[in-house]
Amino acid sequence: MVEYLIFSVLNTLVLGMLLFMLSSGLTLIFSMMGVLNFAHASFYMLGAYFGYQITTVAGFWSALIISPLLVGILGAAVERYGLRTVHKYGHVAELLFTLGLFFIIEEGVNLIWGRNAMPNFIPASLDFPLFTLFNSEFSAFRAFMLLISVAIFIGLYLVLTRTRIGLIIQAALTHPEGVNALGHNVPAVFMMVFGGGSALAGLAGVIGGIFLITEPSMALTLGPIVFVVIVVGGMGSLTGAFVASLLLAGLQTFAVGLEYSLVDLLGIIGVTVNADGILRDIWRIQLSHIGPILPYLFMVLMLMFRPKGLLGKREN
Amino acid sequence: MKYLIRHLGIWAVAIALCAILPVIFSSDYAISLLSQMGIAIIFSLSYNMILGQGGMLSFGHAVYFGIGGFLAMHGINLIAGGTLPIPLELAPLIGGLGGLIVGILFGWLSTERSGTTFALISLGIGELIAASALLLPGFFGGEEGVSTDRMVENTITPFDFGQQIEVYYLIACWMLLCIVLMYLQTKTPLGRVANAVRDNPERAAFIGYNTRMVRTIQFALASFFSGIAGGLFAINYEIITAEMIGAIPSANVLMMTYIGGIGHFFGPIIGAVLVTFMQLTLSGFTHAWQLYFGLLFVSMILWAPTGLAGIIMNHEPAWKAGLMKKLIPSYTRATLAALVMFLGIMTLIEINYHLSLSIHPKDPMSLFGISFKAQSPAGWIIAIALIAVGFFFFKRGKNEVKNSWMDVHQAIKTGGK
Amino acid sequence: MNTKVLKSLIGMVCFAMMAAASAMASDTVKIAYIDPLSGPFAAVGDSGYRHFQYNAELINAKGGVLGGKKLEIVAFDNKISAKESLIQLKNAIDQGIQIIIQGNGSSVAGALISAIEKHNNRNPDKPVVYLNFAAIDPAFTNEKCSFWHFRFDASVDMKIAAITDYIKETPKIKKVYLINQDYVFGHSVSSSAKAMLAEKCPKVEIVGDTFTPLGKVKDFSPYIAKIKASGADTIITGNWGADMSLLVKAGKDAGLNVRYLTLYGNGLGAPRAIAEAGIDKLVTVVEWHINLSVEENKPEDEKFFLDYQKKYSNDGEMPYYYGRARTTMEMLADAINKAGTDNPRAIAFALEGMEHDTPYGKVQMRSQDHQLIQPLYLAVYAKADGGSVKYDSENTGIGFKTIKRIEGEATAMPTTCQMERPEK
Repeated sequence: MVEYLIFSVLNTLVLGMLLFMLSSGLTLIFSMMGVLNFAHASFYMLGAYFGYQITTVAGFWSALIISPLLVGILGAAVERYGLRTVHKYGHVAELLFTLGLFFIIEEGVNLIWGRNAMPNFIPASLDFPLFTLFNSEFSAFRAFMLLISVAIFIGLYLVLTRTRIGLIIQAALTHPEGVNALGHNVPAVFMMVFGGGSALAGLAGVIGGIFLITEPSMALTLGPIVFVVIVVGGMGSLTGAFVASLLLAGLQTFAVGLEYSLVDLLGIIGVTVNADGILRDIWRIQLSHIGPILPYLFMVLMLMFRPKGLLGKREN
Repeated sequence: MKYLIRHLGIWAVAIALCAILPVIFSSDYAISLLSQMGIAIIFSLSYNMILGQGGMLSFGHAVYFGIGGFLAMHGINLIAGGTLPIPLELAPLIGGLGGLIVGILFGWLSTERSGTTFALISLGIGELIAASALLLPGFFGGEEGVSTDRMVENTITPFDFGQQIEVYYLIACWMLLCIVLMYLQTKTPLGRVANAVRDNPERAAFIGYNTRMVRTIQFALASFFSGIAGGLFAINYEIITAEMIGAIPSANVLMMTYIGGIGHFFGPIIGAVLVTFMQLTLSGFTHAWQLYFGLLFVSMILWAPTGLAGIIMNHEPAWKAGLMKKLIPSYTRATLAALVMFLGIMTLIEINYHLSLSIHPKDPMSLFGISFKAQSPAGWIIAIALIAVGFFFFKRGKNEVKNSWMDVHQAIKTGGK
Repeated sequence: MNTKVLKSLIGMVCFAMMAAASAMASDTVKIAYIDPLSGPFAAVGDSGYRHFQYNAELINAKGGVLGGKKLEIVAFDNKISAKESLIQLKNAIDQGIQIIIQGNGSSVAGALISAIEKHNNRNPDKPVVYLNFAAIDPAFTNEKCSFWHFRFDASVDMKIAAITDYIKETPKIKKVYLINQDYVFGHSVSSSAKAMLAEKCPKVEIVGDTFTPLGKVKDFSPYIAKIKASGADTIITGNWGADMSLLVKAGKDAGLNVRYLTLYGNGLGAPRAIAEAGIDKLVTVVEWHINLSVEENKPEDEKFFLDYQKKYSNDGEMPYYYGRARTTMEMLADAINKAGTDNPRAIAFALEGMEHDTPYGKVQMRSQDHQLIQPLYLAVYAKADGGSVKYDSENTGIGFKTIKRIEGEATAMPTTCQMERPEK
């Protein structure tokens, strides 16, 4: 049991930090530009595919640096030549633009790499068990993932609080018009944030593609969850995104272990119900199966009752 | 009612068209296609009730379509068993009512704010319902979905619905009825107030309208019609699975509607017809159809945000003034250039698909009847040259179009020909 | 709404119809292959398509059927969805195709069987026959059996019987964990295994029975943690496609040391993900594997699959796997020739009870329930050594070796099928 708990906590951390890497960029983009970027998860996927491709040529470590850079440049270009053009048609058009981009990137990936999953494996230099606890192993790659994401969290925090550009970004988060009025080049800041956010997604992709699986549907699988993270965490709050990522990852990891149905739970407190009849399905739902719906339930409730999110600074 | 009478001619043509089309295009394939178009038209018109008219961008409209479909499906099974004494032709109504009830509930929960919050709630509700579908196999049928046999005893028409053509006529009737109802709805006070709430919620609230209530009613009515579309889907396919509730059909109806144009009532009809056609036929010709579809969608957003209907209606003044001929030469040139560019893009895409997806990438591929090897650089060079040439002339053509438009505007203003 | 709009609408529809009307060649027999060609199971579906394409080409090279007609495989992507499959079935029928091949996903197969029954009842002059090469829910040859359905793979019951016999013969196995996909097939694996274990080896303890959503889990680590906590020494799983390789991948990551008894552990993509971790541990029930031709000394079959790998497999990356694809296509061709027509009704009657010689013995399409009775093998991962483990799979250096051959008659299970046959 102790072993199970420890490893579940570790699994939560690994998955949670991956989510955080993805959502940190998105939350900045969303709260600054008001754009619900549907293509964010697509940049994550591109990061994974670029990472795979570069790895086959130049090795994992080059991929880890080059792939996020490429994705970042692509992101900046999308902002400069796409989003800025549609900006004049309003938020709906911007949002739909990113949705269209999502489809194009997914198909583009099919076009270039085909529909099958890529043989994207843990690099040899990280493919060993870091430590063995009881008799479970914790792989070095997972530890490396944790390391990278913690580094990103600290790095982002420092950039946002200690640098000039970070201060402008922070100001633009809450008072975009004011920042513009002060003579800062807000469009350029937008482009940078969009590019930077995409690069972070790309980095998450390089790692996540190996950790999970590199395939054309990977964007669709993670996309909605990332939205949940930024909504639950709150607009413009990195800490919120961090907390929400861990929370959601924990929900999904721990729910798997709980194979109790409502009937069992009621049985514990001494209530027996007739588990047939019209509500049969509801009585028989196991907690382990509720895992996938909890994030969305969270998100809807949060939006209805506390649109600011857990640690958000403002609404919309 | 007077609108109905004024437009009676058009409706008569529409009815005649629905009756005649399957006679002209009588292959099984064409009739299946027409049936799907009918369902898609109701679905996208209902979507435009909230997006175009109500100003609410929903990412979960398929929830109401899907729930309507499931309810109708269970309904048909009950009809077949004899426990539900209504004829099959009215089964879509079960879906509609189901959509309405769920629409009232979720509508009330999600319409307090519009804008991004609404969009996110609709996304959340969509994912929530889609994810819980697998938890409730009794209603949603698990991975297998729910299926039925539409050939039941209880019908009011002489049809037994064994053949697709009979189903087509049922769909066509429902489609015409729904179009008329949705069209009339835009003319009711409710429809007008929904427009006001879309354009300026503060002012509408200030005059005394409860904006949340207005949005909820508009939303619920849209859910009603999309439930009917879901019911027709149930009859047409005799199966429905949980993915019909999910994000993909929701995104699909959004794109359909947007491509058609959300600013005009008939826009979604064009979108539904075009997109259904593309989905069905293009997918037979090329692996890349989704890419073409995505490219079309993004180009529409970038260059024609009013959709196809908007493009058509932009020409109304010029048409009335008899000035279309002034536009045609520049249009022709720009279109030709665009076609050349597209041809190049298409060649590139098809070459790549051949390399990545075909069974024998080394065998020659054929495009427009020309057979060549995908590995040879000639195809690439030609494709890139086409794109470059097309792009150059397209840019010039765009300016020409702009100029001829300015001429036309000038001419309309001065009233001369 | 004005007339111009209507005109453009009409124009559009007219164009649509014209483009849709495509001419059909009469010198081919078209066969629709309906399987996932995109999404998490694309690798499996795509490879199946190649198998059937290859077999069709071989038959065509020998002169086709009916004295010169060619077989043509037309692929339809069903995204592993039951609904999408019926849409594609309709598409195929609308294009005039009357022979359907499908394999992956028992939920899909169930929907196809009932849709085809309905279609054939409504259109007795234009029936459709359905050759199932991989959907193995026992119901399809029992309570849901259909005259139009023919199954060329052993059913869950037959495979689990082989696995539980193996457990009975291996006293080291004490605690078994069942992990399966959450749909009709996974549930039938679980219930079959539970019933047969209780009957054959009551001492073996079942320490877990988990269902995972089909094709949605990307990281099986939480499940692995749970399996560890249960103390299982053996896993029985019917997982296939990505769900199989990701399960073992996560197990390897966490250093899980168990024996895997699988239905699809040699499936495409699995050898690469599993590799060394499977040696002597991962057992699978198959009708064919890559070293069978060497073990049983069948040079003709060796050449057959090597030719495939040369031409279709990206240099061995996607090796030959569906041995039954050959049986399916050869029996179909025989049935068409025997019937003397490509009419599905005649084909179905010809297939009933048909016997066929494969390199590994006689097989028979049982007429009672349309289940193919063929020899099965238990195979285990083994290092390719150039001896009897001559070939490796997916260029991993790891192949399979037979640990047990079960003759066809021994695999047969009783059936409850009450088949309704149309008039001949």
